[in-house]
Amino acid sequence: MNSFLNVFEQNSWEEVKASIYSKTEADVRIALNKKKRDLEDFKALISPSAAPFLEEMAKLSRELTLKRFGNTIQMFVPMYLSNECQNICTYCGFSLDNPMRRTTLTEKQIEKEIEVVKSYGYDHILLVTGEANKTVGVDYFEKAIKQIRPHFANISMEVQPLDQDEYEKLLPLGIHGVLVYQETYHEDNYKFHHPKGKKSNFEYRLDTPDRLGRAGVHKIGLGVLIGLEDWRTDSFFNALHLDYLEKTYWKTKYSVSFPRLRPYADKEPKVDMSDRELVQLICAYRIFNEELELTISTRESEKFRNNIIKLGITTVSAGSKTDPGGYASNTDALEQFEISDERTPQEVASMIKGQGYEVVWKDWDQGL
Amino acid sequence: MKPLVIAGKKFNSRLFTGTGKFSSGKLMQDALLASGSELVTVALKRIDLKNQEDEILPYLNHSQFNLLPNTSGVRNAKEAIFAAQLAREALETNWLKLEIHPDPKYLLPDPIETLKAAEELVKQGFIVLPYVNADPVLCKRLEEVGTAAVMPLGSPIGSNSGLQTKAMLEIIIEQSKVPVVIDAGIGAPSHAAEALEMGADAVLINTAMAVSADPVKISIAFKMAVEAGRMAFEAKMGKSVKEAVASSPLTAFLDEL
Repeated sequence: MNSFLNVFEQNSWEEVKASIYSKTEADVRIALNKKKRDLEDFKALISPSAAPFLEEMAKLSRELTLKRFGNTIQMFVPMYLSNECQNICTYCGFSLDNPMRRTTLTEKQIEKEIEVVKSYGYDHILLVTGEANKTVGVDYFEKAIKQIRPHFANISMEVQPLDQDEYEKLLPLGIHGVLVYQETYHEDNYKFHHPKGKKSNFEYRLDTPDRLGRAGVHKIGLGVLIGLEDWRTDSFFNALHLDYLEKTYWKTKYSVSFPRLRPYADKEPKVDMSDRELVQLICAYRIFNEELELTISTRESEKFRNNIIKLGITTVSAGSKTDPGGYASNTDALEQFEISDERTPQEVASMIKGQGYEVVWKDWDQGL
Repeated sequence: MKPLVIAGKKFNSRLFTGTGKFSSGKLMQDALLASGSELVTVALKRIDLKNQEDEILPYLNHSQFNLLPNTSGVRNAKEAIFAAQLAREALETNWLKLEIHPDPKYLLPDPIETLKAAEELVKQGFIVLPYVNADPVLCKRLEEVGTAAVMPLGSPIGSNSGLQTKAMLEIIIEQSKVPVVIDAGIGAPSHAAEALEMGADAVLINTAMAVSADPVKISIAFKMAVEAGRMAFEAKMGKSVKEAVASSPLTAFLDEL
């Protein structure tokens, strides 16, 4: 059976890291001048040697994005269904050892959330939960999706990894995409950050996109949590994963997000990534893969988001609440992390239009 | 210029257009009006019939435009047939641009699923214009199952690289009994002119207009190029030759006999 694990095992973290840091300006120039870039070019583009080429990378990234996606930006919003979680993740607000009040939305509460989110104009929604298989398992998802489905053109999920047969059960109910971030591809560090719960199984998580691909999902969202490990090395592994998946599950679409760890409960990320470096990474992904959807969330600041719109991003969330029930009632105490850009969806939409882009609310249909 | 007739409908413009990637609905409308296009394709997945403020449909509500719904986003014949039925109901037209591209990267059409879907949709009364690779045999097979036209690609969609499939397009044009619309890859007015000069019946343009710095101006340029190409085709151009031909060296001896 196909598995990324086989590819993963052939690449050592330390060797990859050394290879990225040894890329030269000449390597970057070669990558920029090519028609199509491979994984070695991606290494060069994310390496420190590419820093002086940032403006050139941004220009190229913008051109390639325009060519493929036109003057459009897709809008979506997350809907948190539950903050119950049996995992301990050292960086997450929902971590089992964090003494917060836990809640899972009832049918009635979901109804209220739908109402508010629809009033903002959203037609694409991302369902988010922690990992509490007994209360928020396949049965819960099945009910929730059936309830939510008639109201949205496009539904994605960012929930605990599931088995292939569970995906096969949920996808036909109207799930378009599934997001599953590896968090980090550094196996030892992964185990340190995920000491307890089902999530502590590195290989099961790493194998999730394969299970999704086999189940025939339309779109898979990948990403690493920036702040846990050396972001360049982690991003290379993410690109390696993407490259493998694209070739294996060629009917599936892919997206990548760039979540930078936000402070929560007074904890600071281990590794810092500057704004310049985040722009470099976004542009590197675009130059490497012209068809990839690139998403930016409300974790990032207003100013950063205003400026990144033109540099390669295709998908944006706005007005997000990271606590279950947060749209209908204010329950900040339940949130996963603090968002940074607090503007309303309409304010963000106006900002996007002001930059000469059409704001796309609907790009899928319930009938499809 | 001879008008183009597809499934009994007359078109004075041989420039068909797409509606994606424009920076606003208004700009799209301005560009499409300027292009003279009378057939515009619109993705079922992009339109929102429940929302009065839909970004596309109100701008296409104009006597110049006939709508050609497309099935963009579907991955097989079954999904395409379902989407076609939805589109027919939603937009009240049985015209359909059939596009089935399971590969989301290059959006290349699946020939097997396209043929299957076309056959069924024709039976269901649709006027089917299938988007296909530049495959002459496939185009004949589609014609046989009753499609109203064929729409082979010039190069990958959105690539703006022109008629990279020229040798195959020439065969398709030569053999086809239904109109041939070259769809995808046309990036410059000169490409469009070339297609019409070759004898293509029409072209479909989207990206090249939508992402231009001046979509209205380039739409006019495309309009002129399509007209120029068609007129040249109708006028029959002289054959291009590499050297001057002064006399008839091979048959001159006949005069001396």
